[in-house]
Amino acid sequence: MLEIRGLHKRYGALVAVEEVSFTARAGEMVGLLGPNGAGKTTTVSMIAGLLKPDRGEVRIDGDVVRGETDPVKLRIGLVPQEIALHDELSARENLALFGAIYRLRGATLARAMDQAFEVAGLADRARDRVSTFSGGMKRRLNLAAALMHAPGILLLDEPTVGVDPQSRNQIFASLEELKRQGKTLVYTKHYMEEAERLCDRIIIIDHGKVIANDTLAAVRRLVPSVNVLELVVENAGGDGWLDGLRAVPGVSAAEWDGSTLRVTLHDLLEHSPRVLLWLHDRGYRCSHLSSQRADLETVFPTLTGRSVRNA
Amino acid sequence: MSIIAFQALVRRDLRLFFTDRRAVIMSFVAPIVIASFFGYIFDGASSEKPASKIEVAAVNQDTGDLSAKVLSALAADASLNVKTSDLAKAREMVRAGKATVAVVIPAGFGDRAARALFRGGDKPDMQFLYDPSHATEVQVVRGVMMQHAMEIISREAMSGASSQRLIDESLRDLDRATGMSAADQSALRRMLQGVGAWTQRSGAAPAQGGGGGGFSMPYTTSQEAVTARKGVTYNSMAHSFAGMCVQFILFMGIDAGMVVLYQKRSGLWKRMQAAPISRYTVIGSRAASAAIVAMLIMMVVFSFARVVFGVRIEGSFAGFLGVCLAFAIMTATFGLLVAVLGKTPEATRGIAVLVTLFLVMLGGSWVPAFIFPQWLQKVSFAVPTRWAVDGLDAMLWRGSGFEAAVGPIVALLAFALVFGAVAVWRFRWETEG
Repeated sequence: MLEIRGLHKRYGALVAVEEVSFTARAGEMVGLLGPNGAGKTTTVSMIAGLLKPDRGEVRIDGDVVRGETDPVKLRIGLVPQEIALHDELSARENLALFGAIYRLRGATLARAMDQAFEVAGLADRARDRVSTFSGGMKRRLNLAAALMHAPGILLLDEPTVGVDPQSRNQIFASLEELKRQGKTLVYTKHYMEEAERLCDRIIIIDHGKVIANDTLAAVRRLVPSVNVLELVVENAGGDGWLDGLRAVPGVSAAEWDGSTLRVTLHDLLEHSPRVLLWLHDRGYRCSHLSSQRADLETVFPTLTGRSVRNA
Repeated sequence: MSIIAFQALVRRDLRLFFTDRRAVIMSFVAPIVIASFFGYIFDGASSEKPASKIEVAAVNQDTGDLSAKVLSALAADASLNVKTSDLAKAREMVRAGKATVAVVIPAGFGDRAARALFRGGDKPDMQFLYDPSHATEVQVVRGVMMQHAMEIISREAMSGASSQRLIDESLRDLDRATGMSAADQSALRRMLQGVGAWTQRSGAAPAQGGGGGGFSMPYTTSQEAVTARKGVTYNSMAHSFAGMCVQFILFMGIDAGMVVLYQKRSGLWKRMQAAPISRYTVIGSRAASAAIVAMLIMMVVFSFARVVFGVRIEGSFAGFLGVCLAFAIMTATFGLLVAVLGKTPEATRGIAVLVTLFLVMLGGSWVPAFIFPQWLQKVSFAVPTRWAVDGLDAMLWRGSGFEAAVGPIVALLAFALVFGAVAVWRFRWETEG
């Protein structure tokens, strides 16, 4: 289990991380979300031992990391945001190096490499130089390198940046498998979309502070504005038709952009039928119907009063 | 320190070095090419092969035989290439670098010089116009000129056709001389009269067995290049290869440090930092790999020098290996200094190269340190390169024993110890904030 207690880091006058606390259990994947510069990477860096916190502590299964060579570090694997590989070396040489710095050798190292290549799906490219790999392949190998020493806790700092959909799906499948194996995963991401698929819990950080720490469903409930019904109306129009729609009980707003009608409801489930009935009774035809889901772009302004991009 | 991690990091560094074609060329090919060039250039200065002749422009403003004889003797000298000219052209030749020295023999030189030999007074002025970038050569030309002029003038004064006339004039001057003691006048008169008698006698019956009269060099000279042993010739490539090896290995050391600076910027550094390895493993492995590469460079470069140019280790082989190893270790720690003191690769490279060039220059890699001014020679012992070059010179061509290598080895290891200690002290994992 990973326990973070009151982590605090300051650079001069700038407080990068302020009293961040959370826990992540075995088999749990925690999404650390927030806009750029929110303090996610600084938090992960302190967990991984790259940065010394000014205050607070990180406990790995109850143990605190003490010193550069503390064996407790063997329980953590880090997937840095950058591609942390030697382009000039082969994939096999890279993995052998990263296994060796975690004290693996001989048959143990060979086994670990085989498993890592299986995770990355790159066994057939093991002897090729990394410089010949695509961005997605490098990302997969970047993840595999962090798994060489079979850590119980995996820290993933934006592990899918610039990745093609195929590689992203492969990485997601690998992470889901790792979760099933009981590993603790901390996943930082700028956007919520990927976290929705993978994470059991979402921690939102802004200006170094945790502003939300709950399950995905609970975080979504914090956002009333996500109760938006979107309809493509074929024969929209008529004097005052939007005003009529806005008068329907449960409708708080209605907007028409020329092709799509967006109706904001107090409660999606309870009030959607009234809107649909209103449109049907007046002869409007709908070719498409959907509802918006909460993402960081919508959750963040609710929690902070600011948009993600202006954070 | 984790031995497994240490070995893996050393292997990694060596693989990365040998996959970098630019680094390999700079480290192995460049020192060979440049050392060969310098060795070839300085080869002419060795005693075994003819040196380039000094270009001399001769201006004879005198019409007498004596000056013509002096110029003929000068032209016959093996170390000079003499071309006659007028004053304006000679001056232009020197200015344009086509002649190193111009010798100007003034009008009336022969008569005035011969008279001045006995009577002093009105001495003719022989002018030397020289290229200031060749100040050493003008001394050589003056020396050669003095030898030939003295021999010819003294011969003319004591045994030549005008000898009796010059003696008679000198005796008359002596009679008129004031301020000289009677005893001195008497002694000088006897000497002049003796020379006159000799001149008349040698004119009537030429001397048997040579000896045409006049001054001649009262001794002959011979020279021997003192090298490792009798019969071993000096090979100018030895110093050249030592100097260039030192220079390019230091450049390799800089590159080794720069690699760390680049890694600090990348996720690789984070991965290393997250692993349970100590700073000693990181620093030590970097130093070990750099030292191995440095040793390899020296072995390859000196093997080339041995095979192609016949550069031999005339001194102690163990001493040679010791100096190489100590210099390799010093270079490795120098690279570590670059890595820990540098902020960014861009800002660090220029400063590191500048410092290296100073070290190389002061160490005598470009030109031997013995031509430095005395104070600079003393200062140069404060840089490790001086010890390396001196140590290699001693083992390569001076043929010194192991005891001569001990000083350089100890000095280089002392520098390595200081550099290494500073590197450990200043090492920082963190790159942010």
